Amino acid sequence: MTVILGQTFTGISIGAVLLLIALGLSLTFGQMNVINMAHGEFIMAGAYTTYVLQKSISGAGLSLLVALPVAFLVAGALGALLEWVLIRRLYLRPLDTLLVTWGVSLMLQQLARDLFGAPNVQTRAPDWLTGNITVLGGSDPLTFANSRLFILGLAVTAVVALSLTLRLTSLGRRIRGVVQNRDLAEVSGISTSRVDRTAFFLGSGLAGVAGVALTLVGPIGPTMGTNIIIDAFLVIVVGGIGQLKGTVIVAFALGVMQSVLEYSTTVSVAKVLVLVAIVAFLQWRPQGLYTLRTRSLV
Amino acid sequence: MSSQPEGVHLSSESYRSSGFRPQRRRVIAGAAALAAVVALTACGAKTDAAGGSSDQAAKADTSGDTVRVGLLNSLSGTMAISEVTVRDSLRLAIEEINASGGVLGKQIKPVSEDGASDWPTFAEKAAKLIKEDRVAATFGCWTSASRKAVKPVFEKNKSLLFYPVQYEGLEESPYIFYTGATTNQQIVPALDYLKSRGEKSIYLVGSDYVFPRTANKIIKAYAKANGMKVLGEDYAPLGSTEFSTIANKVKASKADAVFNTLNGDSNVAFFKEYKSAGLTARSMPVVSVSIAEEEVKSIGSQYLAGQLTAWNYYQTTPGAANTKFVKAYKAKYGQDKPTSDPMEAAYTSVYLWKAMVEKAKSFDPEKVKAASDGITFDAPEGTVTVDGASQHIHKTARIGRIGTDGLIEQVWDSGEPIEPDPFLKGYDWASGLS
Amino acid sequence: MTLFKGAPAAPAGKSPSVLAGRPARAWAGFAAAAVALFALAPLALSDFRLGLLAKYLCTAMVAVGICLAWGRGGLLTLGQGVFFGLGGYAMAMHLKIADAGPGNLPDFMQLYGTASELPWWWRPFGNPLVALAATVLLPMAVAAVLGSFIFRRRVKGAYFAILSQALAAAFAIWLIGQQATTGGTNGLTDIQGFFGYDLDDPVNQRMVYFVIAAVLLLLIALVRQLIHSRYGELLVAVRDSEERVRFLGYDPANVKLVAYVVAAGTAGLAGALFVPAVGIISPAMIGIVPSIEFVIGAAVGGRASLAGAVLGAIGVAWAKTALSEEFPAAWTYFQGLLFIVALAFLPGGLVSLAGIVRRRRAAATALPSGGAA
Repeated sequence: MTVILGQTFTGISIGAVLLLIALGLSLTFGQMNVINMAHGEFIMAGAYTTYVLQKSISGAGLSLLVALPVAFLVAGALGALLEWVLIRRLYLRPLDTLLVTWGVSLMLQQLARDLFGAPNVQTRAPDWLTGNITVLGGSDPLTFANSRLFILGLAVTAVVALSLTLRLTSLGRRIRGVVQNRDLAEVSGISTSRVDRTAFFLGSGLAGVAGVALTLVGPIGPTMGTNIIIDAFLVIVVGGIGQLKGTVIVAFALGVMQSVLEYSTTVSVAKVLVLVAIVAFLQWRPQGLYTLRTRSLV
Repeated sequence: MSSQPEGVHLSSESYRSSGFRPQRRRVIAGAAALAAVVALTACGAKTDAAGGSSDQAAKADTSGDTVRVGLLNSLSGTMAISEVTVRDSLRLAIEEINASGGVLGKQIKPVSEDGASDWPTFAEKAAKLIKEDRVAATFGCWTSASRKAVKPVFEKNKSLLFYPVQYEGLEESPYIFYTGATTNQQIVPALDYLKSRGEKSIYLVGSDYVFPRTANKIIKAYAKANGMKVLGEDYAPLGSTEFSTIANKVKASKADAVFNTLNGDSNVAFFKEYKSAGLTARSMPVVSVSIAEEEVKSIGSQYLAGQLTAWNYYQTTPGAANTKFVKAYKAKYGQDKPTSDPMEAAYTSVYLWKAMVEKAKSFDPEKVKAASDGITFDAPEGTVTVDGASQHIHKTARIGRIGTDGLIEQVWDSGEPIEPDPFLKGYDWASGLS
Repeated sequence: MTLFKGAPAAPAGKSPSVLAGRPARAWAGFAAAAVALFALAPLALSDFRLGLLAKYLCTAMVAVGICLAWGRGGLLTLGQGVFFGLGGYAMAMHLKIADAGPGNLPDFMQLYGTASELPWWWRPFGNPLVALAATVLLPMAVAAVLGSFIFRRRVKGAYFAILSQALAAAFAIWLIGQQATTGGTNGLTDIQGFFGYDLDDPVNQRMVYFVIAAVLLLLIALVRQLIHSRYGELLVAVRDSEERVRFLGYDPANVKLVAYVVAAGTAGLAGALFVPAVGIISPAMIGIVPSIEFVIGAAVGGRASLAGAVLGAIGVAWAKTALSEEFPAAWTYFQGLLFIVALAFLPGGLVSLAGIVRRRRAAATALPSGGAA
């Protein structure tokens, strides 16, 4: 019983990490159809922001909390810059965007190596995030890690904030308008290029926030982005483009699936099985779990 | 493109006769450009490879007053996190040797190449160093996979590679000198140490590649012969950073200790998860064989304090040679940069090569090999001796405990340098392994 | 170019359809390429550089398939590493068995394996004919099965691209996990012989180069035929407007499937020939990164034109070597920059430069005729 509950929690916490890294993509890829391979490097930028802030702010807890908004701004600014310089020229060419941003990610990795050194760097987690809480006592206690709970909370907060922004604010309405019908939005007086840039800023900013969270559980180094980027894309693709709902459900589903399979087989086998399951799922629902209903034939 | 003419394309016959012919020019232009590419490649070759083409075993070029050596490390890609510091350490040794007069009166000129964490690239760059740069020796490689990829290149061209990282043994290439530990200088002493502490059961965690899988085979054979229980064995793909399930499994096993052969990034995630699961060095110590000072610095002593490591060298190892090495390294690369075992082994390897060359009075690989037996060097880890037959070196095994200051304090050593035994021929329990 | 004269840099994969050229000029181009590959290169290059050129030519073979599937068919093939790997492993398994000699296990199995005899799925590759056939047929069969599912379900665009990457990742992870039978991360290394010829011998290395060059030219000719056939036009039609083709009574899924399978076959062949040229095949050649690199070469050169794709692949591979030799610690900056500049600002690839110049010149003499955009 402890094992089942423990693995479920582990799965949910893996899902929370997936959700955080994929959430920014749900805007840039899901809403705008841009396959941004440099998204992983924006996550890296968020993680390095935490590292830099810790050098100047002494308290580990305080610096982590300060890092969240700062990383959002840093990664968001990088994203807006990328959109302005390159991506706006490429909206009709998805695969070219993928390859161009791949080039960008190569350069950003090398930049990180030159700025911060090739080895990984260290951030200190505050003490209240390194322990765990006991949920079930007894001889085989069930414990939940504080860092994982924090990431779960952060993921939920980010999802709520993003969906409220999309639903309630005028910016959100404009983004949705542009996603649903770009031409109609344009003739209605919406500056689609400005909306694009803002959406890209938000999506990339969320990557920065994910980067801060990842410092609690993983390494901080030049190649940290490449290890997670495909997972993030898979979450969006399986969840269905243009829908937050699908992203959330799929992130947690994949997390639980991964953790259960890992426990019963090995990590490698679990990863292969999850990937194969995703391919099979896309046979069944080629547009992902939820799709935006349109009248388009394609 | 808005009024697409695709519909028209379907009636191909009418098109064929329409005199529509942009394609041919492309073919011509293509051929011309292909020729240009070939010519470019040719230029690249001609400038630096004059005449080196037909001779299969490219001779090292030692005619001038400098001698070139190759530095082959991953400077980009996932392995750069570890290999860049090895390159730095190699450069330090070369600078020192040059400052004190060079080798056989010649200044050493390093040629650095990027293996890019990609094994075929390692093979390509090794061939380039040997055939184009005509280096006298090459230093570098980290992963076993990169060493396996370049091994045939060095053997075919009869050129020397100095490999500075602890590895899984079971190999004796006539053209590779192994200056890191083989299994009986690192893993076996670590197991002896665990046994002496009275640990009865262990859990094995490793990255999914050759070193951990081979190491774990050895560990299991040892455990079987020594009454230890192996309670579980888990592998994560290289670069994997999700370890919560493995931490859960380790915790549930209630093993006495964990033997960790994870590599690189994965260690960071593993130890963060380990601590989150409530496991400590006191309740379940982890012995790691790939965590040196550099890794401690990137993971944080917050997560590692008290855990054990098995190496042949620590920054804290006493001795004048080490004091000098640490001081020189920090002076060159920064006070906050630690020194570690692979860096020390790399540094030592350059000096060993120098000593061999000077004994042989020649840069010729065959003569250098012949002169290698019995060469000693007062290395930062203590005096090391080259075993000419296996081309490994005698090294002292050291178990260390990671302190809160990020340094590793030695808690046990083998007393004297251990003779290398890459095929574990001297151990009865290992008879079925190779 | 008349129909498209006014069209500016065309969007991805939408370059003008090209129809059969007069064979004479095509032959001239072909002959020039043959002279360059068979006469100039071997004369001008050292053995080492010729070996590298052989490796570049292998990536060019993959690019030939990518030109068909992506440039012509609009399929975002980001999983070519899988097919390259299947071909490469099929060839390497045979060569390892041959190296070991009858009754012996390949060296890595003796070191890391547990079994005392060859696994059953290795055995067919002991036969040279079976192995040779498998290098092409195995990737094609896998592509046919996958493709028939994927295209029938109308998975396309970004979905198809991400799905291809997922497959490449899964295949690489699986291979790494099977160390005892596939060599794991190391892959299959230290290949000594090639159908009885000793690969140590520089003469035989040259022979391998000539085989690769000949196969590449053959593939170019074959795919060129395909592109200029009725099928080739149908493929472009599917790329540009799948629905219209469907309404005309064709099944776009089958049209795409053929391109996908042919591309898989060329990638498999490239992988097979990569093995004797480089002497190693490993999961490092299969995962997501190499799969993207295969596509980038074709894209930089010009995806829709065979010459562009082939030259782009060779050029990008050469640039990688040259840049990393010149700037070992900073070459990825230049490589990244090359991709960005070439792809963001030259959507038709480098070959479109010629077209742009021509258009400029035409525009100088006459008004452009009704540019649509």
